[in-house]
Amino acid sequence: MLRYIARRLLVAVPTLLVLIIIAFFLMQTAPGGPFTSERPLPPQVLANIEARYGLDQPLLKQLWTYLVNIVTQLDFGPSYQYKDRSVNDIIAAGFPVTLTYGSISFLVASLVGIGLGVLAAIRHNTLLDYIAVGATFSAQALPNFVMAPILIFVFTLQLGWLPGGGWNDGQWQYLVMPVIALSTSYMASIARITRASMLEVMNSNFIRTARAKGLPDSAIIWRHALKPTLMPVVSYLGPAFVGMITGSVIIDIYFSTGGIGRGYVNSALNRDYSVMLGLTILYGALTILFNLVVDVIYAWLDPKIRY
Amino acid sequence: MTKMPRILFAGLLSTTMLTTAAFAAVVPAGTQLAEDQTFTYRVLDEHSSVDPQVVEDVSGSEIVRDLFEGLYNQDADGNLVPGVALSHTSNDDKTVFTFKLRPDAKWSNGDPVTAGDFVYAWQRLVDPELASPYQWFGEIMSIENVAEIIAGEKPITDLGVTAVDDTTLEVRLTSSLPHFPLMTTHASTFPSPEAVIAEFGADWTKPENIVSNGAYVLTEHKPNERSVRERNPMYWDNANTVIDKVVALVINDENVAFQRYEAGELDRTEIPSGQYPELKVSHPDEATVFPRLCSYYYNVNLRENGPEELKDARVRQALSLAIDRDIIVEKVTAGGQFPAYTFTPEATAGFSVPDVEAANMTQAERDAAAKALMAEAGYPDGFDAQLIYNTSEGHKKIAIAVSQMWKQKLGVNVELANQEWKTFLETRGNGDFDIARAGWCGDYNEASTFLDLVDSGSGYNDSAYNNPMVDDLLMQAKSADDRGPIYTKIEQIIADEVPIIPIYHYAGNYMLDTDLGGWPVNNVEQNWYSKDLYKIAE
Repeated sequence: MLRYIARRLLVAVPTLLVLIIIAFFLMQTAPGGPFTSERPLPPQVLANIEARYGLDQPLLKQLWTYLVNIVTQLDFGPSYQYKDRSVNDIIAAGFPVTLTYGSISFLVASLVGIGLGVLAAIRHNTLLDYIAVGATFSAQALPNFVMAPILIFVFTLQLGWLPGGGWNDGQWQYLVMPVIALSTSYMASIARITRASMLEVMNSNFIRTARAKGLPDSAIIWRHALKPTLMPVVSYLGPAFVGMITGSVIIDIYFSTGGIGRGYVNSALNRDYSVMLGLTILYGALTILFNLVVDVIYAWLDPKIRY
Repeated sequence: MTKMPRILFAGLLSTTMLTTAAFAAVVPAGTQLAEDQTFTYRVLDEHSSVDPQVVEDVSGSEIVRDLFEGLYNQDADGNLVPGVALSHTSNDDKTVFTFKLRPDAKWSNGDPVTAGDFVYAWQRLVDPELASPYQWFGEIMSIENVAEIIAGEKPITDLGVTAVDDTTLEVRLTSSLPHFPLMTTHASTFPSPEAVIAEFGADWTKPENIVSNGAYVLTEHKPNERSVRERNPMYWDNANTVIDKVVALVINDENVAFQRYEAGELDRTEIPSGQYPELKVSHPDEATVFPRLCSYYYNVNLRENGPEELKDARVRQALSLAIDRDIIVEKVTAGGQFPAYTFTPEATAGFSVPDVEAANMTQAERDAAAKALMAEAGYPDGFDAQLIYNTSEGHKKIAIAVSQMWKQKLGVNVELANQEWKTFLETRGNGDFDIARAGWCGDYNEASTFLDLVDSGSGYNDSAYNNPMVDDLLMQAKSADDRGPIYTKIEQIIADEVPIIPIYHYAGNYMLDTDLGGWPVNNVEQNWYSKDLYKIAE
């Protein structure tokens, strides 16, 4: 197993390298650059700025310098948009925020989603099942950019219970609405996948055997059904987790959390090359890492899988 | 050695003293001030920087104006009032300015603010090594040797600015610039602390390192969330400052910002687009609209590659006449904007709107005139053209309204195309369009900040308009004492030749909490200073 993990991590290096190279050249093909503005800069001023950031060098040389700085100093360069901050500063400020509300949302979504799915499956075709299915469908149909302003309207403006936005170092009052808005649709998906998977498992032969042996329901569910039920859920959870701790631009916009999701979109719009690349690498690394985690969990869940 | 006689010459010839009464918060007698003097406002986006020489956006400049103080400030009406400078003198042809600085100005670490701090900051502004995007501001200030320094041909120490002594700053210009002192309210001309920058490098603007000379110091910065500035006890006018703490909250969505304003979290936010008519009725004391120094207009491509039809001035006139600006500002934008028939806004200081014919006609008369002009130009049935704008709901609505007016009245078929911001800038800059949306806000309160755009040599002249007469008039205006009539003449030419089609002049629109006092609604540049504000007890 350890050898497998080591091999996968080794393969990640060339994968990331390819990602960097593709992102680097793709980025350059977008019209305009970091210093294109409503007021075009005089040519000499533009030349000075480009010289300062090394953007006057041939592309291959820029790429090489970039890679060397990352490998030798873990330096992802300066931001072109926020001139007194580096890419490392931007990630250090925004990523912990996103990671915090993303992880909490992930926990909430998984626990509630799996619980709801299991409950709906074992009470198949009862009122409880219908309510759960109805609720998950509506939750999935309600996108978070609709939900966020509604939450603020209800909890901040009408009830006055929660602050309308901000982060305040992750105080719980500031976390409630972002977590609800981010976790709801994931929770709905998880519940539906769990329910479908559970129903399938409950109809399989080994469960029938367990029932025939006269085992109580709780033992069947906890000891025999849950693990196989979770297989398809886990393959959904991996990418979902990466999605939750990275791509929360809507949450950042509506709740002013200062997370990195908004930063990523902005960097693309601003052609802030270094930030865009730095965050692409971060997202790429996280995706690779959590795909590996999912595969390891697979091996634990399914005795048939051996690496 | 050649500098000395010029200083004497300057000192002898003219003296400009400014009134020293109108600064610091002016709290009307009988006002009960609130216990908590915290001012909280919304900003759309994270600011680019709080380094005076590097900052390039409006929200960053607002913070910089609180943290740092330049030679002059503006009062509530936009007039110059002393900042670090008490007064200035200039020579007769307005090429040498000598500023007398107040001796009691201090940095937040207690060091005195000296003329040398300004010399350092201005050299820093144009230093090719710092590569500030605002180096061009040094260029439009026309300081001696600025072009050569930016080009790397001369060292920054050759810049035409000298500290004669600690409280005397001399600036030498390459050409006459009567409105030079107006430019010293711009953030990029504010002093910066050499020792601190030397010690911390690019990290000097972080709250734990920064030293500043304004009424406030930066105490907290959470990027994309909030930045906080608090009273600077070392500020020379601290005794007359009322607001203790200023909080800028980044809220990207204007509707969310409005809800948070309604929930009492903010003292100031923007009126969400299109909601002014309702809010004017429901919140009459808070919904505030006032003129801004900004114009919304369409560029017409006059380059070789532009459409043949648009090269005819009569066609351009017809297109301009056919736009019903009252409908645009009342029904489409609905935010208190002002219909525009000239490029320069009426609110600009020293500018009087010329008697443009179109402004005095009824829309029916304009439409009739437009049709006649089209027929005269040989296009009675219209033609096809493309209109590009950057992706935004607001620009789209206006483009749809205008294209409908052109189609119905003139038979001109306009294809609308939106482009993402940077792509749009590239396309427009390359002249790859027929008609393109544009907006411009003045850098300072003087008509040349607008009219320089129709100079054939201007980098912002996206229409590629080229009229030697206009270039010549602009040149004359630079050194004329009475520039108003020249600007009026240029506007008259623009109205006849229509290289750009003005649509409206922007309005600033804010929800201002009734317990916030001192907001400078009459300052068309919206250069506001937290030190001039106060909170009233409710």
